[in-house]
Amino acid sequence: MPKTIKSITNPKLRLEILTPEEVKKIHEATLWIIEKTGVRFPSKGALEIWAAHGAQVDLEKMVVRAKPELIESALKACPPVYPLAARDAGQDLSLDGNHVFVGTDGCGVEVIDIKTGQRRVSCLQDVRDISRIADATEEVAFHWVPVSAQDMPPETRGLHEIKAIWENSTKHLQTESIYSETEARAAVEMAALIAGGKNELKRRPVLSLMQCSASPLGHDGGSLEAALVAAEYGLQTGFMTMAANLTTGPATLAGNLAVGNAEVIAGTALIQLAFPGAPVFYAAAQTASDLRTGAYTGGGPVDFPYGAATNVLADFYGIPLSMGSFATGAKEPNWQAGIENSLSTFMACVSMSDMLLGVGFLHGSRIWSFAEMMMDCEIFSIIHKTMQGIVVNDETLALDTIAAVGPGGNFLAQKHTLRHMRDLFLPQFMDRRPYNEWETRKDNAPDWALAKARKTLETHQPDPLEENISKEMARIISSVEKR
Amino acid sequence: MTEELFQKMAQSILDGDSDVAVALAKQAIEAGVDPLDAITKGFVMGVNQVGESFACGQAFLPELVMAGEAMKAAVGALEPEMQRRGTSRQVYGKVVLATVEGDIHEIGKSLVGTMLGASGFEVYDLGVDVPAARIISKVKEVEADLVGLSALLTTTMVKQKEVIDELNKQGLRKKVKVMVGGAPVTRDWVQKIEADGYSEDAIGAVGLAKQLVGVA
Repeated sequence: MPKTIKSITNPKLRLEILTPEEVKKIHEATLWIIEKTGVRFPSKGALEIWAAHGAQVDLEKMVVRAKPELIESALKACPPVYPLAARDAGQDLSLDGNHVFVGTDGCGVEVIDIKTGQRRVSCLQDVRDISRIADATEEVAFHWVPVSAQDMPPETRGLHEIKAIWENSTKHLQTESIYSETEARAAVEMAALIAGGKNELKRRPVLSLMQCSASPLGHDGGSLEAALVAAEYGLQTGFMTMAANLTTGPATLAGNLAVGNAEVIAGTALIQLAFPGAPVFYAAAQTASDLRTGAYTGGGPVDFPYGAATNVLADFYGIPLSMGSFATGAKEPNWQAGIENSLSTFMACVSMSDMLLGVGFLHGSRIWSFAEMMMDCEIFSIIHKTMQGIVVNDETLALDTIAAVGPGGNFLAQKHTLRHMRDLFLPQFMDRRPYNEWETRKDNAPDWALAKARKTLETHQPDPLEENISKEMARIISSVEKR
Repeated sequence: MTEELFQKMAQSILDGDSDVAVALAKQAIEAGVDPLDAITKGFVMGVNQVGESFACGQAFLPELVMAGEAMKAAVGALEPEMQRRGTSRQVYGKVVLATVEGDIHEIGKSLVGTMLGASGFEVYDLGVDVPAARIISKVKEVEADLVGLSALLTTTMVKQKEVIDELNKQGLRKKVKVMVGGAPVTRDWVQKIEADGYSEDAIGAVGLAKQLVGVA
């Protein structure tokens, strides 16, 4: 198995989605919101940190109002460039603004069973299977906890999940499913086993923690406390806004960006006030609510500009972005899934979002599909190819070869062709067969994608996690369970 | 004159204008109009019209919510007069709503509350992060017909079961129907915890609630 990780780098495509003046306007609106309206921080520890730095704290409502100077000076401590470390150091990911990496999506509640094709409740074995397959692909660069291990106790579920992923993959792990201080502390202990101690963990953070905000303009107490633990031990941490037009944000795109930005920026500032210089990222998966049902839509033309614009905002603050793309609302891998996942991912890539979440889901990040996972990987590969654009130089203009072939010939037997033919994209799941061949089988991309996932699961052997580390992790988890 | 007032009432609901709805309710009380007539011949007509526009795709969720809030405000303004006259509004049933313990996600649950209120249910919304004991005691206090339990996380979803278990333990389960909701809730989960139903959105929740109390 090759251990290459595919990332978009040195792109030839550019897009201006927001002018510098527009970014400044959104930034000023954000500071206004944080100062005048305030953001809710329902954690005693978090409120104490704010108060100690002179923010106005309403203890009863747990709302913080902070002056622009406080926010801006706190944000200055954010480190702009850092790597996400992997269990296998050869798979470290550089978040330097010139790479786009893809992860698995998370955290779903159902799975289309890889063997039976039946939809069912997700369990720990699914986490193992998905991370094992993701380990084998070159598109998936890091993991989120893909689905919830609902057969594990709620209070330690997040720990069982990260153990399962580490046991099945050497790639970086970013969990979005640990949102209590207790679990976060245990997760740090577990990560330290891989890194070789807590000091080493600071140098090689093999785990990062993503927390969701509670839109509009709020955070979850447990999430804040878990994020503070991560920051204390040098693990990258970030807050994801999912503020959605119509329900948790204004109906307008700019207003919704400002609400989301206020949540993320206020959360990020808190981390920097508590642990200046702690590695942080920006995270977002903004969308619109459906006009009829109010439901989270996951896909559609509102998401696409968000995908590109959010990275412009994150760049403005000089911090990497973890951006929600893919995550179609479609119920099966179909036309809608193809459109939504391609366009959302393209828009997030064209502004060079650092991390994309992620491959594998149907029905707005709720139902895991192994076929969709593989097809999403191909979507990323297609965009990866597209982003390389057209290289113009003497070699690529190929004048000697053009002259040698002359009018009416063909280029098949040219050395130049041999040199460059593999630069062309060869799809795995696109149907380019003769019509009659399709007609006899009537099979399609989802069939081939599922077959590939099955074969990968059968054959791929990830580098195993040392057995004593596994055992020690199990001991840490059971000590939390016994409390 | 009264006919004209009723029309204005319906219009205030269509416009989603709580201030105007309350002013009209007070005007009706001063003019000696029966508050029950004000509701059924005036305000409810507006709710019905918004509902019809929604059903045929001309109105959207925000308009339903605004109509619901205006309706709630109007009924609130008429309440003292109803009490004075010793009458009360016919309701389909009493609903206790809550987002379960450990979960702070509010919006879906509140939306369900607004839609149920506008559709003729009496709603007791206990807010978010509500322990089972508080839900049970409210159910007993108001003699609720329905309980609605919301959860967004798979780790808090288990608390929906806890409430149902507790209702069973206290012998209340036969008297009260339980509906559950939230992104991770599926039909399988509903069957597993033996709830009476679930809906993926607020409009569906109204249909479900009506079905559970036997009016649909």
